Parts: sequence; C-alpha cells; structure tokens
Amino acid sequence: MASKNSASQALPNGKPKTSLKKHFAANWQVYALLMPALIYFFIFNYIPMYGIQIAFKDFIANLGFWGSPWVGFEHFERFFNSYYFVRLLKNTLLLSLYMLILFPLPIIFALSLHELSYGKFKKWAQTLTYAPHFISVVVVVGMIVAFLDPITGLINHVIEFFGGTSKNFLTDPDWFRHIFVWSGQWQSLGWGTIIYLAALAGVNPELIEAAKVDGATRMQRILHINIPAIMPTIVILFILNMGSFMQIGFEKVLLLQNNLNSETSDVIATFVYQTGILEGQYSFSTAVGLFESVINIIVLVSANYLARRVSNNSLW
Amino acid sequence: MSDKTFDILNKILVSLIVIIIVYPLIFVVSASISDPAAVSTGKMWLWPVDITLDGFKIVFQNDDIWMGYRNTIIYVVLGIVVHLALLLPCAYALSRPEVKWKTGILWFILFTMLFNGGMIPTYLVVKNLGMLDTIWAIVIPGALGAWSILVARTFFEQNVPNQLVEAAKIDGASDFYIFFKIALPLSIPIIAVMALFHGVGLWNQYFSALIYLSDRNLFPLQLILREILVLNEMSATEGVQDISGSVGSFADQVKIAAQIKYAVMIVSTLPLIIVYPFVQRFFVQGVLIGSVKE
Repeated sequence: MASKNSASQALPNGKPKTSLKKHFAANWQVYALLMPALIYFFIFNYIPMYGIQIAFKDFIANLGFWGSPWVGFEHFERFFNSYYFVRLLKNTLLLSLYMLILFPLPIIFALSLHELSYGKFKKWAQTLTYAPHFISVVVVVGMIVAFLDPITGLINHVIEFFGGTSKNFLTDPDWFRHIFVWSGQWQSLGWGTIIYLAALAGVNPELIEAAKVDGATRMQRILHINIPAIMPTIVILFILNMGSFMQIGFEKVLLLQNNLNSETSDVIATFVYQTGILEGQYSFSTAVGLFESVINIIVLVSANYLARRVSNNSLW
Repeated sequence: MSDKTFDILNKILVSLIVIIIVYPLIFVVSASISDPAAVSTGKMWLWPVDITLDGFKIVFQNDDIWMGYRNTIIYVVLGIVVHLALLLPCAYALSRPEVKWKTGILWFILFTMLFNGGMIPTYLVVKNLGMLDTIWAIVIPGALGAWSILVARTFFEQNVPNQLVEAAKIDGASDFYIFFKIALPLSIPIIAVMALFHGVGLWNQYFSALIYLSDRNLFPLQLILREILVLNEMSATEGVQDISGSVGSFADQVKIAAQIKYAVMIVSTLPLIIVYPFVQRFFVQGVLIGSVKE
C-alpha cells in the first residue's frame, strides 16, 4: 500500500516520468500477468473491428484490410437493392419478435417454481428442466429431424394415431418459425429461470408475512410483492435480450435450413455465412454483417433509453 | 382461489412442464436400445421395446465417430488450458488495486461485448494467421470472453484479500509467486467453474469447426454428428453390412439408420450426462456470480 501511494502522489510533484518508471519497476509482474489477455483481445477482437472497413472496399487478399481500394457504399446499395433484402430482413425480424414474445415464459416458470415448498420435487424439477441446456445444438436439431420424420418420426405417428395424415414439417416454410422457437424454449426454459429464482430468493420475507397477516392470497402476493421485487432483474435481462435482438442463434437456423423452407429460414446471418464463407464475397458479406450489427446497437441503445425513462433501471 | 387450490394447480403446472421437457430425453434413450422396427412403426413410445444394442455396436464400429471423439477430447482439453492461461492471470491482475488505468483497460475488454468485427473479418484474421485447418483455429479464437473475465475478477476480489497479498509482498514475495502460490490455490472453485463452462461450450460447438476446418481428419465430434443426424449422410451405415451381413434390404437399412441416430445422440452426449448431476451446482453458481452487477 505505502509504495503505491507514494508513487501516485509523486505525480503532481513534477517528476511524473521517474515515478511512473518506479511504479512499473516495482509492479511489472502484475502487468505481465495482464498482457497475454490484452494481446488476445487486440488480435481477435480489435483487428477484426479494424477489418470492418472492407465493407466499404473491394477486399483483395494481397493488399489486406488497409490496402484494398475504396468503393464507398457500393456493397450496401447492392444489398439493399437485391430482391432477397426484404425477405432476409423480414425473416430476421419476425424470428426475433417471436422469441421476444416468449420472454415472459421463464419468468412465469420461475415464479411457479418459487412457490413450491422446498423438497425433492422442487430439486428434481430444477435438475430435469436445466438438463436440455447442455445438449449440443447439433443433437437438438438431430432430435427435431428424427421426431418430425414423415415416415418413422414420433410426431407423425401421433398425428396418424388421431386420424390425421403425416406431413414433412421441416420442408414446410410455415412451420419453420414454430419449430425453431419452441425447440429453443424446450432447451432454455429451465436454465432461464436461474437468475429469476436467485432474485426471488432475495425477496424480504417480512413483506410476505405482512401480506399474509393482511389476508393476501398466494396470487396477490405474487402479483404485488414477488413480481415488483424482481422487476429490476426483469428489466436488465430484457435489455440484454434486446441487445442480442437480431442474433437469433443462427447456428441452429443453419442446421434446420433446407432449400424447401428457405422462404422463412433465410436470415441475415445465414446469408453472411453463405455469401462470405462459402462464396468468398468477403467485402459484400462484411457489409451485410455490419448492417445487422448496426441495427442491433440501435435496438440496444433504444431499449436501454426506454427502460431508463420508464422504470429507472438500465444497463448504463 | 384459495391457497390450497393454488398449490395444487401450481404443482400440476410444474409437473406438466417437467414432463414436456423430459419426455423427448426418455424417448431418445429408449429408442436407442429398442428394436428399430418397433421405433419406426410407433410401437415404442416411452419405455424400450425388444431391447437390442445393435445400434451402439454399429456406432462403436464407426471410425469417424472415434476420430471425432478423439479430436473433440483434444480440443476440449487444450482449449481449457488456453482459456485458463489467458483468463486467470488477467482477471487476477484486474482485481489488484495498484494496477493503473484500470477503467480504461476494463472498457477495452467490455467494449468487445457490445461490438465485434463480425463473422467475415474474424475469419479473415484467423486465415491470415495461418490457423485454417489447424487445431489452433478451434482452440484460440473464442478462447477468452469479457464475461468470464468479469466473473473471475469478482471472485478474486472477494476471495483473495488485499491484506494477504500486501503481507506476502512485505515478506518479499513477487507478484508471480503470489499469483501462483496464493491466489490460485484460493480460487479452485472459480477455476473449476470456468473450465467446465468453457469445456462444455467447446464440446458442443460445431460452427467454428465448420468454417475453419476442411481436413476431415481434424473434424470434431459435432461435425461428424451433423453429417449423420442432420445431413443424413450415413457413412455410419457402412457398418450395417458388417454386423448383419444378410440384412440387405433397403427398408431394413433405413430403420437401422434411424436407430443409429438415437444411439449416436446418446454416445455424444454421454460425457455431459455423466458429469451433469455433479456439476450442476457449479454451473448455477457461475451464472449467478456472472449476473452480479457491481
């Protein structure tokens, strides 16, 4: 402590350089511990950010990010004028909105779990519903494919059992969004309750007791004590959710996508993969990706602004 | 509604959700050990029917699966080592009060959560570093994220008291010594949590392998699974002839192929299933430490 204080207090005394030197001489090992991670972030996060400039250039591998010639907004214009632009934007937004509408489900499930008395049932319910979170997206999609198989699949056996005719859900554009979103809920509903349950555990028991004395029912206690108590958590998670608004977990979209359902399953991120990685149109796909990031940031900032105005809770 | 009715309705609701979530899992387990004919005709709907292990036999005879398994284990182990080697020193240093320009450094790290270069520029950087088609493309990009630094830093701040570090310094200990011999031994829980989080992520991810690897010999398990489960490229069915020689009809192959799929799901998820009950607690703690805002 003492050495640190004298070092920083030496600054106004007119010998900043020597004191800084002393500080580093005394503490160089701490900075050495810090460096590898900072270098990592520089290489794998900041150089790619620097590389975004190729969205406004014609990227030529030999010339690199910096040397490639400028073309202005050419790639953006091409994207906005292309016939798939409206479709990609619509699919991305609809899928995001669909997922956003289901935002309350983990909250309801958490409130419900919280009302269970402590015991084996509650523990089992939590352990079992958390489990799907750990299954890989490839296996989840594999399960979807197997269950929805038109000949051997479970779902179609059930439909046939009740007198319906089997159908191939995965090649039907009308079904893609439902399959994507609800399989996501299946996987993340339980895991999504953890933070809310922690917030609920922090509710002041005296409030609950006082409400009981006043004759409030369970439902009233949930509505007027529990929900207001976890409201800050809800708002923060909602903003975070908005921050990844357009990032819809496209790794799963990519797996569920096929030529027949692409009318609804084509989203911006899969398009970036398609044109960038598969077709090598690096500049064009970077421009498309940048368009998505910019919308994301606008959504995040507006959500944060609204939350601050409405509820006094916000990320910053 | 009286409290008693509420209680009963609530229990029914939770039970229903649990059943909906657990049923597909039970079905997969049962289907993997049932007679494929019973599964594909819908006779098997909950518990196994005519138990057989043929599906697993075929899966274990498949070289691609073994190769994928081996590659994934290498990526997970190496990936965890790289992750911890970058994460722990940095998080510890950021927990120390004497470090200068800390706000700036934290912003440098946090900004990466808000904005990133996107898929293509990141891909080009990895490509330029000559990492394509090497283990490093899987292990290094994505080895470190801002979130884990925040979590680990909070842990160090709370569990490695400043007085202890200062006392060690007065006794002449260097920062390296303090980090390795004092801070790390006090931080086993967070090291375990971080290693598990990162390990599970690496075990389950397929996308970076998809874009960075084209050499089949380097494919992790998830890419092999993608071929079998999603693309229906049944290189796994090559084993069908081996095991059942006479069974040649196309219909039989289709049925067995379906059973192989269920067996593959089990085999690939098995390590996580075995570890899960023991580590669930750690994961929950990890999420909670991460959600604490300062």
